Amino acid sequence: MAGLATGGARGAVPSAVPVAAPVRGGHLRVAGAVGSTAETLDPARLSMATDYVRGHMFYDGLTALDDALVVHPALAETIESDDLTTWHIRLRRDVRFHDGAPLGAADVVFSLARHKIPSVGAQQYMLARTMDTIRATGPRDVEIVLTAPNVDFPAILAMSNFAIIRDGTGRFETANGTGPFTCAEFVPGIRTLGRRNAAFWGDGPFVDSIELIAIPDEMARHNALMSGDVDLIASVNPRLVRMVQAGGFGLMESPVGTYTDLAIRLDTPLARAPGLVEAIKCLLDREQIRRSVFLGYSRLGNDQPIAPESPYCNHDLPPAVHDPDRARFLLRRGGFLGERIPLVCSPAALGSVDIAVLLQYAARRIGQDLAVRRVPADGYWTQYWMKAPFGFGNVNPRPAPSLIFEMGFASASPWNESRWRDPRFDAMLAEARATRDDARRRQLYGDMQAMIKGGSGVCIPNFTTSLDGYAPHVRGLRPSQAGQLMGYDFARFVWLDGGGA
Amino acid sequence: MRRALVPLVGRRFATAALSLVFVVVAVFAITSLLPGDATDSVLGQSATPQSVQALRHSLHLDRPAPLRFVLWLGGLLHGDFGRSLLNGLPVADMLRPRLHNSLLLAGASALLAVPVSLLLGITAAVWRDTLYDRGVTVLTLGLVSVPEFVIATLAVFVFATRLHLLPALSDIGGVHTLWQFLRAFFMPVASLALVTLAQMVRMTRAAMVDTLSAPYVEMARLKGVGPVRLVVVHALPNAVGPVVNAVALSLSSLLGGVVVIEAVFAYPGVAGLMVDAVTARDVPTVQACALVFCLAYLVLTTLADIVTIATLPGRRAP
Repeated sequence: MAGLATGGARGAVPSAVPVAAPVRGGHLRVAGAVGSTAETLDPARLSMATDYVRGHMFYDGLTALDDALVVHPALAETIESDDLTTWHIRLRRDVRFHDGAPLGAADVVFSLARHKIPSVGAQQYMLARTMDTIRATGPRDVEIVLTAPNVDFPAILAMSNFAIIRDGTGRFETANGTGPFTCAEFVPGIRTLGRRNAAFWGDGPFVDSIELIAIPDEMARHNALMSGDVDLIASVNPRLVRMVQAGGFGLMESPVGTYTDLAIRLDTPLARAPGLVEAIKCLLDREQIRRSVFLGYSRLGNDQPIAPESPYCNHDLPPAVHDPDRARFLLRRGGFLGERIPLVCSPAALGSVDIAVLLQYAARRIGQDLAVRRVPADGYWTQYWMKAPFGFGNVNPRPAPSLIFEMGFASASPWNESRWRDPRFDAMLAEARATRDDARRRQLYGDMQAMIKGGSGVCIPNFTTSLDGYAPHVRGLRPSQAGQLMGYDFARFVWLDGGGA
Repeated sequence: MRRALVPLVGRRFATAALSLVFVVVAVFAITSLLPGDATDSVLGQSATPQSVQALRHSLHLDRPAPLRFVLWLGGLLHGDFGRSLLNGLPVADMLRPRLHNSLLLAGASALLAVPVSLLLGITAAVWRDTLYDRGVTVLTLGLVSVPEFVIATLAVFVFATRLHLLPALSDIGGVHTLWQFLRAFFMPVASLALVTLAQMVRMTRAAMVDTLSAPYVEMARLKGVGPVRLVVVHALPNAVGPVVNAVALSLSSLLGGVVVIEAVFAYPGVAGLMVDAVTARDVPTVQACALVFCLAYLVLTTLADIVTIATLPGRRAP
């Protein structure tokens, strides 16, 4: 497929030049790692990695995140609030949907309000319920009143589930959004074809078309990249990194906030005796997990959920150390030593099977018996996750610390994995949300991380580093903290050397 | 004698229809026994009791299972497979392109595997106990013991990743010419043909060896019938029954039993659709796929039975 290079002479810039202007044109073929007939174009229901890519290709949010998780306005021209409870959104002028209709306040009201309708099956139902009233106050103005002040509300709106669709959309056989690509073809579980939206309101996109498929089979996905059938793949297996690099292919390492955690339910007899949680934390050899489970592609965790790259990460907390002697002391004091403790792991939680085995081995050396129970990925999140007293979870990054705290650690959250309840923590979370003062908020977030590390039953040994592989002619990719493939938003930035000609 | 064929075939069709009903009920019952339902896969980790309840209600999953089955069956009688619980698309629309793909793959594999295996089987039987026969036996036994994913993955590694001769994916969307078709289909078809080949060769050889050692064949040989005429006219018609059955069994596995090949070549077929649907508890899609597989199996085995009945020596009397 011949591309159109509007960059003129710059289209021939040799690849050694570090900063090259993007060239327009070409067809990009991308293979994601997960895909099935459950794929959807309904923003409210996006739940798989390839879904998020589609979300960013065809739709826009009112706000967007950059690669350091800083919030910028997108479809919103301004988003302001005096009291952090009532938010005023003014929409960008001259934005059109793919069907030509202009973007208006009614579209925004419809898009956000539908998350609260139970039958929509929205992923962010709980967050949507914090939007008490959503109403249009003018053709380009929307007013949203929250149930409580929340300084991170603009970050919530950047989640691709809250993308804006046309007022009244009820079917999602195709996508009618404002995004950088129009939907030329969408067959769930087979392929998605996007064409460059010439009327896109923002910068880019550069490639003429993007074809997105999913190849869940790991070896087949790598082979597709190596043989030149696709140009970009998500989720490179760390074990295959050397093969990919030896073939001359690029590897993008993204420091995402995803983590696999080990949760001990504090409401079970198991954890009633003091010291068990701390003993397990002492038994986890984080450096060994980093080296042998993630083959070096992870960052050490400190039993609190804020990734080390975040400006809000509390680096003053003493780092967790591997201390089998202390673990043995604690277990003996708690009367556990020698008792058989079941531990549930599954391929559903990335790396958890390997971490469980390492933990079992470390425990055996101090005379503690851990019974590792490996259960299938199928049905794990409903049948085992948060039900087993001692089991693994896998948490995806969220755009702001308050959202991470809210989901996993607030007393009222249905996803409080260790059933940790601390009213002081809840009060600090509410205060942090209601304060504009960034220094004060940083202080609160720092203290909250200390409380999680000290009190909750969640162990976070590592943050996983996401790996994507790309062909040498693919340009414009940058690692992002927001997720793999530039926070799933590579489509508008990526370009092909020589226009893919 | 010929008239007796009609009730026989009729009875065969009746039992086929009965098995179809049984399979549909069994598949529904088994999928109902699986833990969780479609709401779990739609909502995933973000599920809350309220949202699960609401979604279950809107998908009618809160109705009793027998009622859901009767409603589904009612729709089926009107030719309506229902809608997917996951994406709301009509199941028929999801199934049709994939069924087309699967039939294409199965057809191409059969076209390659059947003649080759018949030829190998018959010749091996004719030249029994020679070096050629031993070679064929070792080859087929070897092939039947190597799993298909090994053959397919090795083929991809050699022809696509190393030599760059063929595409690693069978991208059906990009096929417009015969040459592209051959390139895209060579590896999956060859892998499938190799796996199905073995069984058919073994069965054909066994049936032919049996017939060739029958007294009437010896009689024919003594009367001076040439080797080709002996095999084709005298022996083959009596070996058709078991051979056709072996072929039918092998071919029926080409539709539903190719999950691995579909996964390795990222080929969108029905087998993968069913695996997806089972994982996501998308019962209407599971049902439709099961129905298709069962139907293909029944059609093939019924056809094989009819051929066997029709070629029974007694019936071929002039």
